[in-house]
Amino acid sequence: MIFDLKKLKLRSVNEKLQNIDRKKNKRDFVISNPEGNHAICAGLTENIDVTIKGHVGYYCAGMNQNANIIVDGNVGTGVAENMMSGKVHVKGNASQSAGATAHGGTLIIDGDASSRCGISMKGIDIIVKGSVGHMSAFMAQSGNLVVCGNAGEALGDSLYETDIYVKGKVKSLGADCEEKKMSKKHKTKLKELLKKAGSNIKPEQFKRYGSARKLYNFNIDNVSNY
Amino acid sequence: MCGIVGIYLKSKKFEKSLGGMLSKMLVSMETRGPDSAGFAIYNSDKNKIYKYSICLNEMSFEKFKKEIKKKLKFTSIEKNSDHIILKSIEKPNKILPILESFVEISLVGYGKSIEIFKQVGSPSNVVKKFKLDNFSGTHAIGHTRMATESAITTNGSHPYSTGEDECLVHNGSLSNHNNIRRKLKKNGSKFNSDNDTEVAAGYISDSLKKRNLKQTLNKGLSDLDGFYTFIAGTHSGFAVLRDEIACKPAVIAETKDYVAISSEFQAMAHLPNVNNAKIFEPEPGIVYSWGK
Repeated sequence: MIFDLKKLKLRSVNEKLQNIDRKKNKRDFVISNPEGNHAICAGLTENIDVTIKGHVGYYCAGMNQNANIIVDGNVGTGVAENMMSGKVHVKGNASQSAGATAHGGTLIIDGDASSRCGISMKGIDIIVKGSVGHMSAFMAQSGNLVVCGNAGEALGDSLYETDIYVKGKVKSLGADCEEKKMSKKHKTKLKELLKKAGSNIKPEQFKRYGSARKLYNFNIDNVSNY
Repeated sequence: MCGIVGIYLKSKKFEKSLGGMLSKMLVSMETRGPDSAGFAIYNSDKNKIYKYSICLNEMSFEKFKKEIKKKLKFTSIEKNSDHIILKSIEKPNKILPILESFVEISLVGYGKSIEIFKQVGSPSNVVKKFKLDNFSGTHAIGHTRMATESAITTNGSHPYSTGEDECLVHNGSLSNHNNIRRKLKKNGSKFNSDNDTEVAAGYISDSLKKRNLKQTLNKGLSDLDGFYTFIAGTHSGFAVLRDEIACKPAVIAETKDYVAISSEFQAMAHLPNVNNAKIFEPEPGIVYSWGK
């Protein structure tokens, strides 16, 4: 089924996708002419496939649960923000705060993601085939961020328990973020994540970064880091 | 909030439709700035004629025409809603003091190629009022305003022009504009509002006396404190700069015919061949410029 956003109102398209009749077998949808509109496919809850043909605006696929959403273009700020489960695949580049605060599911970005990718992420797996901008994984709590390109300044600032894997260069690490040992367990996990994104880069080519856990509790000796 | 837009044409192909392209961009940025809107449009500067863009405010066109004819002989005046474009071969150092003697009017910009129109009201009304669709040119910059730190007036609207063929639009806010305004005033700069962007425009004009636009904006990174995405226009093109934290958005689309910039992609969705354009976000703290 094709929804043409040149002819239909965004709100009516989102409403239809948010209220799928489970008794029917229609599970494949296409959205054409998105023209940079905001909040396309926000709040989906069913296991359906949606392909968006073109560039979208802010908060695309926000709060997603179960749905499999493909964007054949670039996305604006906050793609898959607060996603709970399901999969979002961006074929172009992503703007800032991709996958922000997301609890679960998988976000794959074929191009680059700009600043604050995975800010405050809480369990999502994010795989970026290009590079990420500054302050990525800021206050990230859980889940995995995989970057096949380079990372910008202050990667993983004030990090909790997210694992960050970067293949390229890291411009600088944020407060309390440090390089960690890559154990067999991590290599297996990373391989699985890369496979999900259709990448066959070897896990050995990546470095792992995580929390030094020095900022968990207030310590007067660390005051300069706050 | 605020929305900013700009187009620089690399080829002559779209010169006649520049106004129409910019008009749609401004209207789609109405959600980011419903209070007022404005645009600067650059047209050929091959001749020696200066154009002065003036907002008449409360003054009647007839009265202005009568008074100005007494002071200036060889001028032509074109009326466009409550704005006029005064054309003269006389140099700005002669004309500007004359225009300053008209206390009711506001000079919104001047130069050999720039024309500026800006007014309070929704962007769709403003572009209709000034018939932006009919304009042609080589490059253009526009702004939709959601006022945060100074009054909603013509003088509070963007673009700000503080020098010949110069203009600036800004999404964001500056925190040290009062200090910079004081310094610039000491050096002879004049300001018509309490607006922070006008100070940034004045800063750029002052610096351009000694540096080029790229050097000026690079210096601005350390001197201007606050959040911003700027588009600064000159007679030959424009430059884009985002602050180093990149709080304010910007997206650029480049094809072989044009470079377009806007706060959100949706403002460019209607542009010709945009789906095949190279689309990217300008990186924070880096000056991007296009020009002849």
